[in-house]
Formats: sequence, structure tokens, C-alpha cells
Amino acid sequence: MGDPRRVELSVATTGIDERGAPVRVPLGVADEPDLGGEHMLINIGPQHPATHGVLRLVVELDGEVVLRVVPHVGYLHSGFEKLGEYRHYNQIVPLTDRMDYLAPMSNNVCLALAVEKLMGIEITERCKVLRVIACEMSRIISHVVWLGTTSIDIGAFTPFLWLFQERERIYNLQEMWTGARLTTSVTRVGGMMADIPDGFVEGLSHFCATLPRTLAEVDGALTRNAIWCGRTQNIGVLTAEEAINYSLSGPMLRASGVDYDVRKDQPYLDYETYDFDVPIGEHGDVYDRYLVRFEELYQSTRILEQALERLPDGPINVDDPRVILPHKHETMNDMEAMIFHFKQVMDGVPAPVGEVYLPIEGPKGELGYYFVSDGTAKPVRWRVRPPAFINLAVLPKMAEGHLLADLIAINASVDIVMGEVDR
Amino acid sequence: MNASVDALRQQFGDAVTRVIRSCGDTIVYVDAGRIRDVLVWLKETAGQEFTYLADVTAVEYRDPELPIEVVYQLFSLTRKQSLRVKATLPTDQPLEIDSIVSLWRGADWLEREVYDMFGITFRGHPDLRRILMWETYAEGYPLRKDFPLRGRFSRSEQVRQALNANPEAHYSMEELGMAEAISELPPDMRDRLARGERGVIVEPSDEAKHG
Repeated sequence: MGDPRRVELSVATTGIDERGAPVRVPLGVADEPDLGGEHMLINIGPQHPATHGVLRLVVELDGEVVLRVVPHVGYLHSGFEKLGEYRHYNQIVPLTDRMDYLAPMSNNVCLALAVEKLMGIEITERCKVLRVIACEMSRIISHVVWLGTTSIDIGAFTPFLWLFQERERIYNLQEMWTGARLTTSVTRVGGMMADIPDGFVEGLSHFCATLPRTLAEVDGALTRNAIWCGRTQNIGVLTAEEAINYSLSGPMLRASGVDYDVRKDQPYLDYETYDFDVPIGEHGDVYDRYLVRFEELYQSTRILEQALERLPDGPINVDDPRVILPHKHETMNDMEAMIFHFKQVMDGVPAPVGEVYLPIEGPKGELGYYFVSDGTAKPVRWRVRPPAFINLAVLPKMAEGHLLADLIAINASVDIVMGEVDR
Repeated sequence: MNASVDALRQQFGDAVTRVIRSCGDTIVYVDAGRIRDVLVWLKETAGQEFTYLADVTAVEYRDPELPIEVVYQLFSLTRKQSLRVKATLPTDQPLEIDSIVSLWRGADWLEREVYDMFGITFRGHPDLRRILMWETYAEGYPLRKDFPLRGRFSRSEQVRQALNANPEAHYSMEELGMAEAISELPPDMRDRLARGERGVIVEPSDEAKHG
């Protein structure tokens, strides 16, 4: 049935070059045996460990070569955007925890920043630094989980255990601060839910000092590992033009060589005053996405160290009783405070008529919150620009022509979290 | 005011119906019929270079008199500037607008989501199917303001349908077609699939179907 097709095969690297980077071996080519020309239909998911949640992929295979992938999403759709239209701005915070549940604190921060821009609130200096700490802790958590699960997908089990130990340590810090490991709800409009507790700064400093040690071990186990390179190099390649055309963001975009990081290009929370680098890939394949995320772990550690150093004293909340709930003691003893408390809980905080789109650099990419207000305390429209959803849309394009096993590696490299994809 | 606005006015004249600023963002309202031309121009003209499509979404206001807006959030990677372009669609006419998937492939899933949630049809979209809700979802468009928070059907009806749907028991027409399995099905089953009958979902009553 037709001529034998040539299929591309990934080949292990042959060594390291003078820069210490693994030698890139072009994909090998082999004749595919004639299997009778019948295409096979394979269903992966929605319950499958390699789909990182409830993602269903319907794959058309010719032999072992992926001809077409049809992703099906929506199994975790919770209607958060609809729910948000029925809630006060502060009541939306818990909903954001449940979207990108691997980085809940950066979701909280994005919501607070967007609503504050809409209401014209200037937050305090201490609050800004605390939010930077929250964002970068989230990035470390998200990337550590990504790296661990991806290494398992590709067959390396050991880094998974090392990295989940690190995740446990930073989760303990997050729990110390917010009281929760997952549903943090750490921000409020105009401030933070709580200040950091005693011992947090020391704990985080210690974490920042010791994380690079684990990373160095993972680096030794993976970066120049012949099997790891063979499984990831030249797989799922996207050029810079394609990456922009598909609206990709975050490490997916930067691995293709596009220098776009919201922290640098549309700075928020004074990110322009921090000293950090944005890693850029050159090949746009799975391996470069790994390198970009790996370097971002080091850079986030750098930002955390700077933030801890500059953390100023002072209030965490703005001094405005219309926005911030008065202290419980005042509420119970002072008539004025009780009225403000009552008004905020019952009526919420109205936002002026207008709309705002505020992007931040989440761990997965550009996380943007879009609010439209008609002057009431509940938004007319709350839209989340979900980076994982938009990044996932490019999966069929990346996987076509590769082997089925490479589809798993490519899917892992997107770094999806289904809570955010389905919302 | 954003420099792109004057250039847009010069290029498109009356097609730019309104320009407002909100929270530091510039918002340009464009005639819905010209939206594709405007976005092509913004993307490809030197000096504009809005090459990055950050988001496509829609807004419906609580006031039923106000039209539905389709919102395009653009960003220029070279000039580091953003621009929001909006097109309005009156609710008393069919909700239709040109697709921009041929301009940005990233708009594919975004437009599908807007279709799924608001019922706006994107003319020329290669694959306009529901994306977050399932294909046989019959309750309407969830993010429309006339859609109740808990859905149109009762909880028991929703559960009954979910149990009856058995989504794993069949592939969609498209998936069957792609595996060439469709030709091997018995003719009567093929006919039923072609008519769109899948699973055993009972058609909702007329009262429940509106919207």
C-alpha cells in the first residue's frame, strides 16, 4: 500500500561540546515498515497520568507516527468566570486559587493588582515586596512540579523525588504564611490577607540558599544525560514566528527565542528594580523549554533573595477603611469601624465604571485578568487570560510527525494545569 | 492618547466609531464588519506591529440595551505597547463576526471559547465547535446574562443527562472520519451518526431550549 514512509527518530546525544552543552544530533531517519496502510485511533485520557490532569487526546497513528491529535478539554470546567460575576471582588480571590492550583499565590496577586488598578488604589511598599515573594515562590513551586513530573513522563524517576522534597519545603513555608498548601487566598484588594509570620524570612533564606544544591544534582542527572537529550532535543520544535502566531507565552515562547517577559516588558510590582535575567532558548524544542524553566528556578531564587533583603517594615494594607476591613478589635468596640465592616461585608467595595486588563508573568506564561465594571461591587465580566489553555492549543501542531512516545514528552513540555485550562 | 489611534482614524475613517481610555488602557471601537481589515492593518503595518494577540473574549453588559462586545487584546512585541480593539454586536441581530484564525492561529481556541460561552459565530473559523462544554450541551451559552447561574436544567435533569450521555462510548464524527473507521460501520449506524444522533440524550423541551 504505497511507498514506505521515512520516519524521524530521536537519537541520543554523542557527548558534550566545548561549551559543556550536549552535542545536538539531528533526528535520525528510518524507513517505516509497511503495516498495511491502516491508521489506528488511540484514546489517551481523560484519566491518564501522562496527561497531567483530565485532558483527553484522540490520536491518529500510522504505525507509531502521530498523524493528528485532537485534544478535548473541559472536563474540569467550573464556570469560574460566571461565578465571579455574582461575587464581590474580594470574594473572587478563593476562586483564583483553584485555577492554576500549582501556583495559587500568583493568581491571587494578579487578581488583587487588576482590581487595585481598576479602583485606583496604591498599595504599600511592604505589600509590593511580599507580593513579589508570593509570585516567585509560586514560580518555584510550579516549575519544580513541572520538572519532576516531566522527568517521570520521560522515564527519569530520581529527579522527581529530589524535586518533590524541595516542593515540600517550600509548601511548608507557604503553609506557614497562608495556613494552606493549596487554597492560599493570600491577597486582598488593597493589601494582603496576613503578614509573614516569625521565622518565615529565615526559613525562606535557608530555602533559597539550599535549593541550588538540589538543582545542581538534577542538572547533573539530566542536562547532559544522553537519554534525556535524545528524548527531548529536536522534539516539538516551534520557530519564533510560529510561537508568536500561536499567542504562546512564558517559557513556551521564550524557548523559541522570543524575548518577551511581562516582568520586563510591562513591569508591575517594581520588577524593573530587581536584578534578574530572562533566559531565552534558541531551538524551541522540548529540551530548550527544560533549560529555560530550569534557569528560571535560579533566577526566581535570586529575586527572592533580593526581595528578602529589601523587605521594608510598615503596614501591609492601605490605610482606607472603605477598602480594608477594620481590625476585629475595633469592629467590636468602635461604632465607626463596625459600620465600615458592615458595609464592606454586605455591599462590597464598588469599583468605578471602567475596565482593566492586567497581565503578570505567571509560571505558565502571561496570566491576564480582565475586569469590566459598571460601578457596582461585582464585576460585569471577569475574564482570565489562561496561559496554559492557549499554550495547549499548539499541541497538535507540535506533535504531528513525531512518534507516540514523543507526544508524551511534548505534552509534558507545555506545562498545562487543567484547572486553568478548563476554568 | 495612543499614537495608533490617530493613524487608525486616518486609515479607516468612520469605521473607528469610538475611542475611550480606561485605567491607562486605550480602547478602540471598530465597526464589526471591518474588524478583520483593522486587525490586519494593525498587525502588518510598519510602525504599528501589533504582532502578538494576547486575548480574544467577549463582554455582555447587565443592561440588555447595550450590545455585546468582542474584545481583542493586542500587544506589540517590538514597541512594547498594548491596544484593545472592540467590535460591538447588537443582540437583536444574529451574533456574527469574521474569524481571525487566518491571521493568528492562536485565535483558534479563543474564538471557540467565545462561541461556546456566548454563542457568537466566527465566520470562516476552520473548526467552530464547543470547547469547554461538551458537543451535545443543550442548555445554551453559559456566560450570557440571561443564562441562570445554576444552568437551565434542574440538577436531576443534568445528572440524568450526564449519566445517559456515556461520552466514552463513542467518538465524534470527526474522529471516526479521521480513522477511516466510518466506512466500516453498518449503514444504519452511519446514517444515525450523520444526523447527529449520538448517545441517548432526549431532546430538551421547547421551553428549555430557547437561548
